[in-house]
Amino acid sequence: MSSPVLLAEHLSKRFDNGVLAVDDVSLTVYPGETVGIVGESGCGKSTTGKLVLRLLETDSGYVAFDGQNLATHSGQSLRDIRGKLQLVPQNPQTSLNPRLSITEAIAFNLRTHGWAKRDIAPRAASLLDMVGVPASYAHRYPHELSGGQLQRVAIARALSTDPKLIVCDEAVSALDKSVQAQVLNLLVELQNELGIAYLFISHDLGVVEHLSHRVMVMYLGRIVEESTATDLWQNPSHPYTVALFSSVPGPGRERIVLSGELPSPASPPSGCGFRTRCPIAIDECAATRPDPVTVSEGDHHQAACIRVEERVPVAAAMAALA
Amino acid sequence: MTTTTHLPAPTDVRHSSRLDPGGSPSTPDTPGPAEGTLVVEDLHVTFRAKHRSVEAVRGISFTVTAGKTLVLLGESGSGKSVSARSILRLYSSAVEVTGRATLGGVELFGLPEREMQSLRGQAIALVPQDASGTLDPLRRIGSQITEVLRRHAVVSSRKEARQRAEELLAQVGIADPRRAVRSYPHELSGGMRQRALIAIAIACSPRVLIADEPTTALDVTIQAQILELFASLQDSLGMGLLLVTHDVGVARQIAHRVAVMYAGLLVEEGTGAAVLDHPAHPYTAGLLRAVPTHDTPRGFLHAIPGKPPAAGETVADACAFAPRCAFAVDSCRTEQPELVLVGSEHRAACPVVDGEVPPDGTPAPATGLEAP
Repeated sequence: MSSPVLLAEHLSKRFDNGVLAVDDVSLTVYPGETVGIVGESGCGKSTTGKLVLRLLETDSGYVAFDGQNLATHSGQSLRDIRGKLQLVPQNPQTSLNPRLSITEAIAFNLRTHGWAKRDIAPRAASLLDMVGVPASYAHRYPHELSGGQLQRVAIARALSTDPKLIVCDEAVSALDKSVQAQVLNLLVELQNELGIAYLFISHDLGVVEHLSHRVMVMYLGRIVEESTATDLWQNPSHPYTVALFSSVPGPGRERIVLSGELPSPASPPSGCGFRTRCPIAIDECAATRPDPVTVSEGDHHQAACIRVEERVPVAAAMAALA
Repeated sequence: MTTTTHLPAPTDVRHSSRLDPGGSPSTPDTPGPAEGTLVVEDLHVTFRAKHRSVEAVRGISFTVTAGKTLVLLGESGSGKSVSARSILRLYSSAVEVTGRATLGGVELFGLPEREMQSLRGQAIALVPQDASGTLDPLRRIGSQITEVLRRHAVVSSRKEARQRAEELLAQVGIADPRRAVRSYPHELSGGMRQRALIAIAIACSPRVLIADEPTTALDVTIQAQILELFASLQDSLGMGLLLVTHDVGVARQIAHRVAVMYAGLLVEEGTGAAVLDHPAHPYTAGLLRAVPTHDTPRGFLHAIPGKPPAAGETVADACAFAPRCAFAVDSCRTEQPELVLVGSEHRAACPVVDGEVPPDGTPAPATGLEAP
C-alpha cells in the first residue's frame, strides 16, 4: 500500500475551559480514500478536523501530511502545505465573503497560493465548470446563489490549489436532501477523477456510511470504533455504534433507544465515557478506560469496549434488552 | 397500519373536570364523533409586502385524526411550517390566511382572537423547533410551565400548579423533575429543553399537537428518545399529532399518514406504508431515493436535478415539479394536476405516473413520453 497522505497520531485537545474535546485520537488517510468521522454534537469530530488542518494546535502527538510534520512548518512553507490540505466548511453562506463574487473568492485562494495573474481567471472558470456551476453565474455574489450552488463554489475553491486531502466538515448538512445527493455525487466524481482523499466529518450516519471507505465513530472525544464502512455496517460491535446504527432503517435491525443524555465533555464519566448510557455496562466499565481491541484483523476493525474484549455478542445482548 | 381518514375519536376520558377550562363560554368542547379531529380544507397562506406578495401555501387539505400522527413532509420553502403555524393563527394580519380549519367542529379561522387565545395551548398546542430560541432565558422552567396551567385555569393554586409542572416534566422523561423546575433553560441540555417545551405543549392535554421540526436540532440518539416520547404521549393522551419534518427517517418512524408538500401544494398523501414504500409521485420517489441507504452504490445517489422553487416562483397553471421531473410531458407545463386516488386511501397529484413510480425512478421507454 502506498504511504498515507495523512497520518495523525495521539492527538489531544483540552480547551481553556477544561473541556477535553479530543482525547488520544489517531487516524490515517491514504491517497484517494475517504475516511468518515461520525458522532453527535460535542463528540470532538470538528475539533479533530481543526487539529488535522492545524487551525488549532494539538496538545500531544503530531500530524504528518504527506510525510511532513505540520508542527515543524510555519509561514510560507505551512501555506504551501495548506494548498494541498483544504477545507470545505459546513455553511457556505458564512464561509464565502459576501463582498466577493464567486470568481473573486476562488481567485483570492489562487493568489494566496502564488498563482500567476494571467492564469487565475481561466483557472477559476474551469473550476466552476468542473463543479457544475454555470458560467453565467461567474460574477454573481453569494447571496444570489442557492445553498447547493454555494457549496459547489466552496468545493471549487478548495479544489483550486490541487489538494491531496480535503477536510469536509458537515459539508452537506445544511442542504436539502434532493440537493445534498447532487453534491455527494459530485464529491465522489471528483475523487475518482482527481484522486483526492477526503476526511469527511458528519453527524449523518447514512451519508458517512455511503461516502466513506473507512468510518471512525467518536464519542466524548474518543474513537470508540473504527472499521471499513461495509464491515462496520454489517458488524457494529461497540454498544454506541450499535445504538447509532439502529436509528438508520435497515432489514433486521432492532431499534435501540438509549436512555439518558450525552454527558458534558467538561465532566466526563470515569472509565468508559459511554457507560452512563450503555445498557450492557458492568461495574468494571467505571473503573478502567477501555483500550481498542481488534474485532477482525482484515478490516482493521477495532472497538474500545471491555464487553467486546470479553466476547459478549453486543448487538444481540442489546436487542434482547430493548 | 391502516387508518380511516374520518375515524371517530375514541371515547375521550382525558378531559377530566380538573382539566376543564372552568366553564368559559368559549369552551370548544363540542362533544361528538369528530371531537379531536383537525380538518384543514383549501388552506392558502399569502405573505404580503409592499411591492409583491408570495403565496407560500396554495390550497391544501388534510385531516389529523385523534390519536394518529400525520407527517407533513417537505424540503425548505415547501410551505410545510407555514401551513402548520397558520392553523394556530400565529401570523400577523399582513399574512393572508384563507380556507377552513376546524377542530372538533369549531371553525378556527372565524373565531375572535380572544377565543383563539383560549384554544391555543388548551385544545391545540405547538412544539417549535428551536428550544433555545423559544424558552425565556430569564425565567425558570417551572414558571414557564405554570404560566400555561394558570392561564388556562387548569389548576386552582400555585402549589397545585407547581406539583403539576413536576408531574409533566416527569411525564416527558426528565429524570429529576424537582431540580428541572428550578432550572433556567441554559442549565439544561438541548434534549432536556426540547422535553420541557413538550411538557409546556401538553400541559393542558391538547387534543391536537402541532410539532414543527421538533427533533431537527437534536442528535440522533436523543431524536429517537423524543420520537418515542411522542408515540407514548399519544397513546396515553389520545391526541392527534401533526408533525412537520424534512426528514424521511423521522416520517418512517412515527407517521400513520404522510402528506408530501412541494412548492406550496400537496403532491401525495396516504398511509405511511403506502407513501414511503410505494410512492406514486415522482417527487416523493426522488426524495426517498436521494437519501443514501446501505444498498446505494457509492457515487450513484439518485439526485433530483435542479433545485426546489422558492416560494412565489411557481407558475399557477403547471406542475411545479415539472422542470425537475423525468416523467414530465407537455400537459404538465400547462395544467396543474389535482390529487387523485391511486390506491386505497392513497392520493397523488401526477397524471403521468399511473400507480407506483417504477423502482428505478425513470419512465418506462417507448410509451410516447417526451424526454425530460
